[in-house]
Formats: sequence, C-alpha cells, structure tokens
Amino acid sequence: MTDAAKPLSPDEAFRPPRNQWWDVWDQFKTHRGALAGLAVFVLIIAFVVLGPLIWQVDPGQINIRERNQGSSWTYPLGTDQLGRDLLARLMYGGRVSVAVGLVAMLLGLVIGTLIGVLAGYFKLLDSPLMRVTDLFLALPLLPLLLILVTLFRDVLAKTFGESIGVFLLICFAIAITSWMQTARIVRGDVLALKEREYVLAARSIGTPSSRINTRHILPNVLSPIMVSATLGIASAIITESALSFLGLGFPPDFPTWGRILYDGRDWIEQYPARVVWPGVMISLTVLSVNYIGDGLRDALDPRIRGR
Amino acid sequence: MPPVSGTTPLVSHAMSDRRKLVEVRDLKMYFPINSGILRRHTGDVKAVDGVSFDIYEGETLGIVGESGCGKSTCGRAVLRLYDITAGTIKIDGVEIGTKSQHALRKMRPTMQMVFQDPQACLNPRMTVAGIIGEPLDEHTKMSKAEKLDRIYELMDAVGLNRSFANRYPHAFSGGQRQRIGIARALALNPKFIICDEPIAALDVSIQAQVVNLLEELQDRLGLTYMFISHDLSMVRHIADRVAVMYLGKIVELAPRDVLYNAPLHPYTEALLSAVPDPDPAIEARVQRIILKGDVPSPSNPPKGCNFCTRCPKVMDICREIDPEFRELEPGRFVACHLHNTAGSTGAPRNEHNQQGEDA
Repeated sequence: MTDAAKPLSPDEAFRPPRNQWWDVWDQFKTHRGALAGLAVFVLIIAFVVLGPLIWQVDPGQINIRERNQGSSWTYPLGTDQLGRDLLARLMYGGRVSVAVGLVAMLLGLVIGTLIGVLAGYFKLLDSPLMRVTDLFLALPLLPLLLILVTLFRDVLAKTFGESIGVFLLICFAIAITSWMQTARIVRGDVLALKEREYVLAARSIGTPSSRINTRHILPNVLSPIMVSATLGIASAIITESALSFLGLGFPPDFPTWGRILYDGRDWIEQYPARVVWPGVMISLTVLSVNYIGDGLRDALDPRIRGR
Repeated sequence: MPPVSGTTPLVSHAMSDRRKLVEVRDLKMYFPINSGILRRHTGDVKAVDGVSFDIYEGETLGIVGESGCGKSTCGRAVLRLYDITAGTIKIDGVEIGTKSQHALRKMRPTMQMVFQDPQACLNPRMTVAGIIGEPLDEHTKMSKAEKLDRIYELMDAVGLNRSFANRYPHAFSGGQRQRIGIARALALNPKFIICDEPIAALDVSIQAQVVNLLEELQDRLGLTYMFISHDLSMVRHIADRVAVMYLGKIVELAPRDVLYNAPLHPYTEALLSAVPDPDPAIEARVQRIILKGDVPSPSNPPKGCNFCTRCPKVMDICREIDPEFRELEPGRFVACHLHNTAGSTGAPRNEHNQQGEDA
C-alpha cells in the first residue's frame, strides 16, 4: 500500500505541497486519447477563429454562376447551390456552432449541478426540485422553444443586437431544456455522498454546508458531471442546427454547421461532400471533447492518477 | 495487548475535586420511522434513550457494548452531529444541546472526533495536507506558510513522514490513515476528543500503535477522551472509567478496575465473561455466560428493563418497571433491580416508567 520504504530524494522529501492542478496535468499528459482529443479540439478552434483571417472569403457572397462546384483551387471544398464558398462557410459556421455548444453546455451544466446538489443535500428542497425536473422532462421541447423564441427574440435582439441576442436566446433555450439529466444524476450521487463519513468529519470540524458541498461533495461527483458535459456539447450543437432548420434560430443565410448540414441534405445524392464536411466537423468536435472529458475525469481522480 | 497494571489506584476518590469537562444528562436520540403512503410518523428508533454521564478533565471514559447498542450514535449526539431529541449536553461549561449548528461552529475547535473507518473518513480527492489543514482553513486566519508549518508539526506529532503531505489517502495503509484522522482532530488543539471505534478497522499490531499514540498524545496535550469500542481488553487498557451500554441505555458506569473485577449488572458480567484469555489453561476453565436470544429492536424496546428478555437473573419486577440508573457507591452507577432493594427509594422515576408504554 505505502511507498514508505522507497528512498526519497532530498528534494522530494521536503517539497512543499504544490498546486494540485499540476498533478492533474501530469496525469492528463499520460492519456493518449485525451492528448489527441485536445490537439484536435485546438485545431478546430484555430480553424474557426484564425481560419477566416487567412482564407478571406465572404461566406455570404452569392455567385450563382459558380454554384455546385467541386473541389478546386478557388473553392477548396467546392460551393453550394448558391455558389457560396463551403470552406468559408464552415469556418464562420464553426464559430457559432462551437460557441453555442460550449456556452449552452456550460449553462445547462451549471443549472443541472446546482439543482442536483440542492435537491440531494437539502432534504426539504428535494421533492419540490425533483418535481420541477420531472415537469421539465415532461414538457414538449419544440413548443416550449417556439414560445421562448417568439416571446424573447425581439427583446433580446433590441438589447444586445441581432446576432448576440439570438445567440443568447439559443444558448438559454438549449440549456433550459437539457439540464434535467445532469440534475438527476448529480442528485443521486449527492444523496449517497452526503452520508459518507468524511462529510460527517467535515461537519464535526465545523465546515458550513456551502463549503462541504464545494470541497467534499462536488469534487466527488465530478465524473458523472464530466460525462454529461461531454455529451451535452454534442447535443447542443445538434439542437442548435434543428432550431435553425425550423427557422427559430439564426437567420437562414447565417451559416452554422447544423444549417450547412441541413441545406446540403437535399443534394446529398449529387454532392455528398456538402453533407460530409459539416458532419465531419461536428463529429470531430464531439469526439475530441469526449476524449478530453475522459482524460480529465481520469486525471481528476487521485485513485486512478499515477497508474 | 500491552499488560494492564492492576495496581493503579481507584480514580473515584479523587473524582470530586476534578473539573467536569463534559456533562450529559438524559440524552435521547430518536430516529423517526415514517411509514405508509403519507409517510406519517409512526414510531422511533430509540438509538440513545436517556443517557447520563460526566467526563472529567484529562480522563478517558470508555463506552462499551455490542453492535447496535447506540455507542456511536451517543458519541455523535454528544458532538451535536445530530439534532438531539432531548436532554442536555454541557461541554466546558457551555450548554450545546439546543444550540443551532451555526452557533456551534465557534465551539467546534474544543471538541473533535476520530472516526471508525479510516478509509471512509478521509476525502479521497484531498491531499493529506489538505485534509489536516481543513480545520485550520475553517477556524484560523493563518498564512499559507504558517498553515504548512502547523500541518508538518501535526504530522510529526502523529508519526507521519512530512513527505507524505502531497499524497492522497488511497496511498496509505489503515494505520497511517487513522493517524491522518487523528492529526486532523488535533489540528485545533481540542480539549475533548471522541474516539469512535478508532481501532475497530485496524489489525492487531496497528491497534496497539494507534492506542499508544492516543495515550501519548493524552499525556502530552492533556486531552480528554470518550473512547467508544467493543474491544473490552483495549478499553481496559486505555480507559479510566467505563460505561456499558445496552439498547440505548447505560446499564453500568464505574471506574475501570472495579468494573472489570466486580461487575454489578448481569449484562456486564456476561460481556466480560466473553473476553477471551490468551492463557489456554485459564481459557479452558472460563465459565462463559451465554445470553439467549437477540437484542430487542430499539424501535420497540421491552416493557420494564431493556435487558429483561435476555437476563439470566431476571425477576418479575424487571418485566414491569424500568430500573433507575443509580449511584450505588461514589462513582459507581448501575441500572438494575438486583441492586435496588436495600436502602433504595423503591419507586423509579416517572420518565423511565413511560418508555415501555408509549412504544
């Protein structure tokens, strides 16, 4: 069990405690899949953020004579049915899709974790909050989104401007309809964890409930949260494209990966590349985030760390 | 087990001069049973049912009893880790029985606890330094360097290598983990420590180490212990006075040597007769008192004396009236009708009388 017998170098023996995140990073580095995922994710971010600076083509420029082109030096990934450059559209669309995915996932995660922890830790809040969760699970998603969009779209657009307003609205709409799974999982774990002796020990020390939660309970429910986070990004990107498809999200000429995918769907037999490229981008993002989440989960668990 | 010196003078004679650090009176801890569709309150598990005792400064009170008799619950209730049902708890002169958890926070440094399962009582995601430093984070405003110094000091005190500070609990053996738990309990210089079966999860050689460590710390820091255990020989080694619990009540409370040499309560006799002796010659001659049947359910204790269903010396009165917890001689308490006849007031107090009826 112990390494007591292992001779320690003088440095190691009197090394002051270092920041735990260094241990996490050390372990993360040993997870090959996670490193690959991180590399791919960084590439995708670079592609959507830096790409347009290098490939300075207007994604909205219609050139009807050049429509439905295949790959060429002028149009590396070809053009769509209106002659817009697919590469430029993928770059601009990626900005929105990745941003929506991350923000909506984070927002949903925060709501879900908060509700889950409150319901699990405080007995009085348990059944009201869980009934609210059931209510949201039972709500039909699309009508709810419809109402949200019609009610708030103009207000938000006026306050924050057209694109930011829609962006916020979509993130909020996706978050509000996707936090329930996280809340349930977290609540179940918190219920089990709060009976553990180390929570009792913290209470005997006099740690207040808020810090018991942040110090002892939350770090130990990190694994399920991490899993639902990585899955959440994928579903957020897909939901965004579904919303755009229904005309509830961004305007039709505004490129997002989901939008490009849906636009290309009608032409899938003649020009499969138009579906394949946005599909590949979405899949790569989801996959890389999944691997990062996997590596992070392992790295954050000290019992696995160092193996 | 280290040898027990039989020549230690009785503690009782000096008892009256010493200061009471902990005074517990009529402590009750009931856990409600809710049943039916409406989850109505249909009964209580009487885990601790009217327990009274004092702990003097600097002494060790051992609490023994079989599994499920309410020892651990009693310990946790005394520290107010539960909201108690009734009774008063005075620690260091301050009544804490009815204080809110928020108000208790300031009292926490005085009283600490060492837990039974050294694996479960340490957060697997914190380093040793983090675990030992948590009480310091909560109750002191030390700088990082001061905190680290104190953590190292505590690790030295419990015999942990300083280089272990960055490791996580899973990398330690049971005995080392228990030392981490002890260091955490010591961090705030408490006066009173409840040891809730600190040795039950350890193997025998480590048990001796941990108990010796606890004794050494007691001598050095003047600590007061409430030592909960089901290991009678270990309690004999460490405790100054011993309380025997059965089904949520203390049946006998006496100085250690008196209790071990001449137990008064039939349950104590039975318990002590079950202790194995390392000498096979003695072991072969030992007359064991074998108790028949099971412990009654604490949610539905028998009428009269709690022990009447299994007592080898049961009398008619035992099934009717709950015996009073009386001081027979100075420092010697027992709750049994066998010792209730001569010179006693006879009628037990009302509050005890009702317990069989409302169940």
